[in-house]
Amino acid sequence: MEFSAHLLSILIWLPILGGAALVAIGDGNDAGSSRARLMRMAALGISVLTFLLSIGLYAGFDNTATGMQFNEQIPWVASLNVFYALGVDGISAPLILLTTFITPLVVIASWDTIKSRPAQYFAAFLILEGLMIGVFSALDALLFYVFWEAMLIPMFLIIGVWGGARRVYATLKFFLYTFLGSVLMLVAFIYLYGQTGGFDLFGFMAAPLSLTAQKLIFVAFLIAFAVKVPMWPVHTWLPDAHVEAPTGGSVILAAIMLKMGGYGFIRLSLPIVPDGSEYFAGMMIALSLIAVVYIGFVALMQKDMKKLIAYSSIAHMGFVTLGFFILWSFDGGTGAGLGITGGMVQMISHGLISGAMFLCVGVLYDRVHSREIADYGGVANTMPVFAAFMVLFAMANAGLPGTSGFVGEFMVIIASFKANFWFAFLAATTLILGAAYTLWMIKRVIYGEVANDNVAALKDLNGREFLVLAILAVSVLIVGLWPAPLVDMMNVTIEKLIEQVGQTKL
Amino acid sequence: MDILDYLVAAPEITLLGLICVVLIADLFIDDENRVRTFWLSMLALVVMLVVLDSTGPVARTVIFSGSYVSDGLSHILKLSAVIFVGIAFLYSRDYLRANEIHRGEFYLLGLIGLLGMMIMMSANSLLTMYLGLETLALSLYALVAIDRNNVTSAESAMKYFILGAIASGCLLYGISWIYGVTGSLQFHEIAAAIGSDPSLNDLPLWFGLAFLIVGIGFKFGAVPFHMWLPDVYQGARTPVTLYIASAPKLAALALFLRILVDGLGNLHETWAPMIMVIAVLSLLVGNFVAIAQTNIKRMLGYSAIAHVGFILLALFCGTEQGNAAALFYTLTYVVAAAGAFGMVILLSRRGYDAENLSDFKGLNARSPWFALMMMFLMFSMAGVPPFVGFFAKLNVISAVVDSGYTGLAVLMVLASVVGAYYYLRVIWYMYFEEAEDKAVLQANRDTRLVLSLNSVAVLALGIVPGWLLALCIQILG
Repeated sequence: MEFSAHLLSILIWLPILGGAALVAIGDGNDAGSSRARLMRMAALGISVLTFLLSIGLYAGFDNTATGMQFNEQIPWVASLNVFYALGVDGISAPLILLTTFITPLVVIASWDTIKSRPAQYFAAFLILEGLMIGVFSALDALLFYVFWEAMLIPMFLIIGVWGGARRVYATLKFFLYTFLGSVLMLVAFIYLYGQTGGFDLFGFMAAPLSLTAQKLIFVAFLIAFAVKVPMWPVHTWLPDAHVEAPTGGSVILAAIMLKMGGYGFIRLSLPIVPDGSEYFAGMMIALSLIAVVYIGFVALMQKDMKKLIAYSSIAHMGFVTLGFFILWSFDGGTGAGLGITGGMVQMISHGLISGAMFLCVGVLYDRVHSREIADYGGVANTMPVFAAFMVLFAMANAGLPGTSGFVGEFMVIIASFKANFWFAFLAATTLILGAAYTLWMIKRVIYGEVANDNVAALKDLNGREFLVLAILAVSVLIVGLWPAPLVDMMNVTIEKLIEQVGQTKL
Repeated sequence: MDILDYLVAAPEITLLGLICVVLIADLFIDDENRVRTFWLSMLALVVMLVVLDSTGPVARTVIFSGSYVSDGLSHILKLSAVIFVGIAFLYSRDYLRANEIHRGEFYLLGLIGLLGMMIMMSANSLLTMYLGLETLALSLYALVAIDRNNVTSAESAMKYFILGAIASGCLLYGISWIYGVTGSLQFHEIAAAIGSDPSLNDLPLWFGLAFLIVGIGFKFGAVPFHMWLPDVYQGARTPVTLYIASAPKLAALALFLRILVDGLGNLHETWAPMIMVIAVLSLLVGNFVAIAQTNIKRMLGYSAIAHVGFILLALFCGTEQGNAAALFYTLTYVVAAAGAFGMVILLSRRGYDAENLSDFKGLNARSPWFALMMMFLMFSMAGVPPFVGFFAKLNVISAVVDSGYTGLAVLMVLASVVGAYYYLRVIWYMYFEEAEDKAVLQANRDTRLVLSLNSVAVLALGIVPGWLLALCIQILG
């Protein structure tokens, strides 16, 4: 039994079983008790250990291999030909690393802000982490679906139990929206199962399909992934969920769960139904540009900081889908690879930046218990260190060169220039809009005179908060200044994907 | 007749003997010691498990001049029925004692009902089926009325009895037409008669078939023959509801498989459209009406109607895959239903039935463990992976898609999303709301243990569903 041969399973099941243990032991609903402190330590230990183990994934990853790595395969449900099949490539490995990287930060950030039932809270995050890694590494459609749906359960509870005033509405909307989106994907999987006799994703990719079938399957996948990304016009659950979720929930939602949608497009839609994807590419580009431009304007008008960041997430995720679906708009050249790589880099970068932005809002919320922009002003006077971090992340969110936000957006804009001037023109408006809504918020919250007594009484970051934001700041800068390791990891896989998508299945 | 024939029917014969023993013993037990009847009944069920285990599963054997069949299907259904009746008894004991309706009749009628179910599961002729059905139905009518001073119980028993009698009448009338056309009551002879003479496949046979479907639809509680179900679920005392909601569903499945598949399988093209209409209506009515309920027993009643829609859609396919999916669905649904009603009983106590949804508010604060268990059950019923309800639905949808009805599959998954709402509401009440009722849960250790196992089973079966699915396919393949 070799360690690396089971690394993915360990990464999935260590947090899930750890979380289950936390639930079973419990904390007696006393956040101050020594048992609750022990549970927190255990949660941190498990999430850090998972992260350390995932470094093995990075170290052992072969950038030049075209196939899946760290493969595991055992029969799961023999009569349905379902396998417990895991593996990663250049698309999924960075997302798994993002997941294992963000989760310990969330645990630290929630350290003593959660007053009720901390054991259940941390357990939900650990279980969620394992399930998300499962989504990114599943190579069997049914296994993918099980992880995909099971993920809703901890998030449903995180928003519902520890959320804000309208948490019940927000969490039910979140659950039902995503559940509705996913069930049609299940029907598509079952149809493909009927065609290929198994749930193997590579079997799906190899199966010849008529254009009609491809169109229908694409639409079924689209509904599932568009809700998750979320794309305009099925984005309305996201602002509600983000506003009501506790800080940790918002971070995971923005940093990782939204990436599921993008991952779904690139892992399932493009290779399984290439002709269907090509057929709908124009529509996808249009929807992405609407997200970038229209949602950008919507973000401008928000009064609630969390809502503003939520809308900015939708706009940024528009870049991801734009990058993926301009694939067919080239007469030749290297634009296709650039678009997809840009979309991928944008996903990772947005994971870091939006997570950091939500943590910043969380820091303010913990002190003042308000997310309204109007309740702040002049925070820089009382919290200079915090202000420095928040301005940095805001700049990154606006796509300042040198930060990770610039790399992905720039790649996608360059690719769209090669494709069509007007795509690029509209996409580039984000450079103005993004700067406008983010920096205007910063101006109103951070700068100016001290607005009220609450702001005057603010205390700057404590060591725990500083640690989390500093780690994120460093990683935003690393990805911004030296994205090569990340891009190298993806290159071979993306080339192979483009080749695969180029071959018609008709 | 061979004396060995009696050995094949040993489970029913043994059970009848044991019922007589319990009946007589109960006469000599006074009210304070009524729990002895409980233990005696449980002992009888354990004996039944041993007898079933030692007599089966055998190759398909038909005895008693073709009236009785023993095969893999009857074996697994009987084993499950015995287990679920045992679970129902166990969950009920403390409740009955606390509410002063701890009578020996509860266990006796439960055992007699079990005998009826077992006869149905092994029926190979329309008449045997009818006898088993009536044995079960009469025990159920009496069970619903067991708290005779309770007005709602008496009312729902009356309603159940009248509607049940009409349904039985329809079934019997249908049987007479089938007999008239084919000249036989035995399923394999009916199938052979229709197979060898296609001219029989005509209006008179279809007429009889329609009446049979009315009877079967009633027993399942499928729309539009579902009127009794919510009232009975709500009106009966919770242990009785638990009993009705669990094992008899297995008997209803046997009723369908034996009559419509074994006997009238050649008429699949005729009965399939009728079943489809009934199933789709059940799915829609069940899921939509359940949303409006505030009483959890009634809500679970409508949810049962929706689940029946799924089971009937699996049977509608008429394929081996579909039948296996129906068996898997029924077995796993019954696990979840038994657990859910067990939770309702757990929350109740002397003079207080926790039958409103709001009684579940704040359960996570009162008992995190049982809130978790109830969450497992609700997510399983909603069909969310990794719980077993997901695999049950997956199998059915897969069978429907394989039969070429992809549009129907889309309807089914959309109905499940509607259904998810009211299951989520229970979880919402348990986790997101403050408790109105802060009483400490009272239950004996054995009940807690079995209820926990029952609930964890929906997760465990969801993670390793392969063996049960393979078993279902092997039995019906």
